[in-house]
Amino acid sequence: MFGVGGGTSSYAEIEETDVILLWGSNARDAHPIFFHHLMKGLDNGARMFAVDPRRTSSAKFADLWLGLSVGTDVALANAVGREIIQAGLTDEAFIARATSGYEAYAANVEPCTLDWAAEVTGVPADAIAEMAHAYAAADKAQILWTLGITEHHNAVDNVVSLCNLALLTGHVGRWGSGLVPLRGQNNVQGGGDMGALPDRFPGFQPVADPAARAKFEAVWGADLNPVGGRHLTEMFEAMETGDLRACYVIGENPADSEADVEHARKLLAGLDVLVVQDIFMTRTAGMADVVLPAAVAWAETDGTVTSSERRVQRVRAAVPPPGEARPDIDILGDLARRLGADWGHPGPEDLWDELRSLSPMHAGMPWDRLEDGGLQWPCPSEDHPGSLFLHGWMWADDLQGRDPAPFSVVQPQGPAEELTEEFPLRLTTGRALDSYNTGVQSGGYDSPIRYGHAIDVNPDDAEDLGVADGERVLVSSPRGSVEMEVRVQPDLPTGLAFTTFHFSDLVDTNVLTNDAWDPRSGTSEFKAASIRISKLEPAYG
Amino acid sequence: MADVHLGAERATEAERAAVDASLRRCGADPVVQHRTERLAIGGTARRHQRRHYLLPALHGLQNAAGWISPGGINYIGEVLLVPPAEAYGVASFYDLFRTEAPDHDGDTVHVCVDAACQISGCEELAASVAASGGHVHRSPCLGQCERAPASFVQAVGGPDRVPADEDGDGGKDDGGSARGDGAYRLPQYGDPGLRLLRRIGAADPTSLESYRACGGYEALARAVEMGPEAVLAAVADSGLSGRGGAAFPTGVKWRAVAAETGRPKHVVANCDESEPGTFKDRIVMEQDPFAVIESLTIAGLAVGAAQGWIYIRGEYPLATARLQGAADQARAAGLLGDDAAGSGRAFDIAIWRGAGAYICGEETALFNSLEGFRGEPRNKPPFPTTHGLFGQPTAVNNPETLINVLDIVTEGPEAYRARGTERSPGTKLLCLSGRVYRPGLYEVPFGTRLGEVLELAGGITGTGELQAVLMGGAAGSFVGPDSLDLPLTLEDVRAAGTTLGSGVVMAFDTGVDMTPVLVRIAEFFRHESCGQCVPCRVGTVRQHEALVRLAERGELSAGRRALLDDVAQVMGDASICGLGHTAASAVRSALDLGLAGANGRGAGAGSGGGK
Repeated sequence: MFGVGGGTSSYAEIEETDVILLWGSNARDAHPIFFHHLMKGLDNGARMFAVDPRRTSSAKFADLWLGLSVGTDVALANAVGREIIQAGLTDEAFIARATSGYEAYAANVEPCTLDWAAEVTGVPADAIAEMAHAYAAADKAQILWTLGITEHHNAVDNVVSLCNLALLTGHVGRWGSGLVPLRGQNNVQGGGDMGALPDRFPGFQPVADPAARAKFEAVWGADLNPVGGRHLTEMFEAMETGDLRACYVIGENPADSEADVEHARKLLAGLDVLVVQDIFMTRTAGMADVVLPAAVAWAETDGTVTSSERRVQRVRAAVPPPGEARPDIDILGDLARRLGADWGHPGPEDLWDELRSLSPMHAGMPWDRLEDGGLQWPCPSEDHPGSLFLHGWMWADDLQGRDPAPFSVVQPQGPAEELTEEFPLRLTTGRALDSYNTGVQSGGYDSPIRYGHAIDVNPDDAEDLGVADGERVLVSSPRGSVEMEVRVQPDLPTGLAFTTFHFSDLVDTNVLTNDAWDPRSGTSEFKAASIRISKLEPAYG
Repeated sequence: MADVHLGAERATEAERAAVDASLRRCGADPVVQHRTERLAIGGTARRHQRRHYLLPALHGLQNAAGWISPGGINYIGEVLLVPPAEAYGVASFYDLFRTEAPDHDGDTVHVCVDAACQISGCEELAASVAASGGHVHRSPCLGQCERAPASFVQAVGGPDRVPADEDGDGGKDDGGSARGDGAYRLPQYGDPGLRLLRRIGAADPTSLESYRACGGYEALARAVEMGPEAVLAAVADSGLSGRGGAAFPTGVKWRAVAAETGRPKHVVANCDESEPGTFKDRIVMEQDPFAVIESLTIAGLAVGAAQGWIYIRGEYPLATARLQGAADQARAAGLLGDDAAGSGRAFDIAIWRGAGAYICGEETALFNSLEGFRGEPRNKPPFPTTHGLFGQPTAVNNPETLINVLDIVTEGPEAYRARGTERSPGTKLLCLSGRVYRPGLYEVPFGTRLGEVLELAGGITGTGELQAVLMGGAAGSFVGPDSLDLPLTLEDVRAAGTTLGSGVVMAFDTGVDMTPVLVRIAEFFRHESCGQCVPCRVGTVRQHEALVRLAERGELSAGRRALLDDVAQVMGDASICGLGHTAASAVRSALDLGLAGANGRGAGAGSGGGK
């Protein structure tokens, strides 16, 4: 956000903040380590507002749970913004100095009254007002979000609608205040930082920028494509049109994790070549022409990982990888050699030092400085202490020569797939504490608290459907049907159903989900599908 | 902070209703409240603000179910957002909470087996209760030593009760503490020298009007007139010191709390009177409850606290009811509330029942217990005056200390100091029990000699010849007949190597076999050690083992005696609270006096001592 792909704040800041908006995130289950920092903040007196269609395990820690209707986040955020303006709680000096486009924003949210938002979101107006006032009036306040915001067809609108609130109130660029998208893995941040994005070099430098390209071409000794590549969802579209015929998949399991997964599997099966490099024999690997067994990043590999607070930390190999498994660097190096580019045999530190020479935000981080707990980027020089939080420039009188941060004008849009008579229930998906994504890394272990595979429905809906807790039912969306067990769950509003997708061997949840996606983020709308739950025909005989 | 994972067991309708009723009485609402299908309030702050309702909730459950059932714990966990494992951990700390299903229906009769009752036929009482179909639980001191042997009925589905309260004659027929015309009669009833006890028997303890007719609430009015600073000065000038055993200057304590600013403050009446042999506060609370409420109000206004708490032991149902009645009437009369007694300041009192744990009389254990945690003492410092209840500045006093303030305020510190001695001003309540003709509650000026006190109580029964006196309770020490001339002042008893403690004067005639008494004292400490710190947890067990061996063999080897001394030293040096510091004191004093073993004078006399 504001030009940099990373959360603005340090974990420690959540322990000292005053107001927390946890928006579209079940961090208790999905980011349990971070949530421990958050719990310290609550113990230190922070108030928390949880915005989530479900009363999740995280929402149960909140002072107020606002159970908005799925996909009405922009409506709620705009109404919160309007209320902050109406109540005179904006930070006028901050807006004047550090932002642009306020007038247009204010005009756009003007019709978004509390009553209107209550109608759209289902959340009572006084609760929306309470959250708006608490956030705006707080000395320090943070907004945290995850996939409840980003797994929508209008993901970017959702994100910027939250960023607008921070710009209104000056809750960014200061210790304790910030905008924090939580990352799902220990190194998702690092992946983006290293350029695993279709249109960026390492350090978020655009491939379209000739100066950046020239710098990388000089070091890499090759001409580089100035046009950004395809992100995952576009790749599947390209497979469909036949433009993409070969795929090299590293550490991803799209044959289980994609929305409308049956369709995705057909596309993968139709490729000319599918190469998978992974530490497990995933379903995708099972479809591959070539499988390259990789060493585990943790305990079998030397290198770095980067956490959601932009902290680069060292990881160290402690044991050799089993069998034919090899570190990713070695595999990629050998592959390059076979393709005619001899990169030599650089070690992880050599590659890191090359990165430091090309990515200014990493320049001041030699390995020996990462020994003791790591450093947070940006860290432009070796005498720089690293950055606890981002965007401090917004508080400098001259903005340190940067352009003001723009407000965004966004309109509410509901889920791409509307409810119909045929598919009258809203399905949303998420994670459970003891399982991880498609279950590749967690399915092999037992857990005493495993929630298991089931479709959660509200008790009233269960009664209307005539289904009992534990009953097997047929769950259908416009894309397909799966059999699942019903779990009656009072923490869901009526009309909403929920399930996880951790157990694809047992239940293909993503058969149901919608692959409508946001062209700007490439993320599918896993959070909102329309479904029907039907009783199974009794088995005769 | 933790997630709340509820078990599968469900509470019965009756259990839920009882917990709800308990919480309603305290004004507690559930942490989580669903306002609509899409809006719920809850959260860490609400959870923290309600944690102290755990103890009342557990009382409700225990009373409804006869035990702390898993379903009931789940329900409490749901309402207060307390993890069931934690609620279980709290429940299991207390003697009055059963965490295993009882093997019987209905009430449990707690029969006291501590010293005064031990030598007064507690085993026979237990046997007769059992013979008539009652379910006996052998209990530590129930605070009714003047009417030993004592019992307390822990009811299921109804109010707890004390049989002696219902007898109407106090269980004694020799006039000591019996009721005459329906009013309670102290042995010293009518004595013009009484100060603290002068209203007992004269004022109806259930009537604010009657209390006022006896001069009640004049002190509060005077205190409001004087203002906090003058009250603090008077209390300091009076030389009043704490009557619970530690004798800390009350004026110093109050001034320290009054000096704290910027945070809510509390005053707490420590009514968890549990020292074996002690019953003074019980009688004050039962017979003069308004005095406790009035003096706690004066304390609150003086130190600047808006909230007063009464933490009273669970075995005192009558005292609890009387205090509650007094507080309710005071509130109705505007003596508590937003403008307490016209002071322009808010002050109110909440009453919390303990659940059977000696250690909760220790002030920091009391805080933990009241706050809804296991009643384990905290390290000091920080002291309660800066970090007390809920971590906020707190003045803790017991009822006897508090009611001294009434005279100090009304007649002034100089008049107050006219009684007692220079260094121990005022009067002292003494709990006379054991082998005396008129056991009961007495008030004497400091400086009265031990022998005079025993004479007040009619002298020694049994053989008529005194063997020893237990001074200050199980945490005190024994003195022999050569101490009858000892003046009872703080400084004289300290010089003599003993203590007034909580005012226990328990007499043993030469017919009593002291060995079982000492074994029981050791067993008491073993049972009541909270187990938090090692010296006390291990030391009290070693001490009890040595005493059991003494009882078996009739003598203590030199090695074991040395072990007892070592254990006593370690407990004294390294325990974090007074329980460990004093757990060896009575036993060692008795051994020094030669009261136990083959040399003990009462050994083999068979006068109802042992088990």
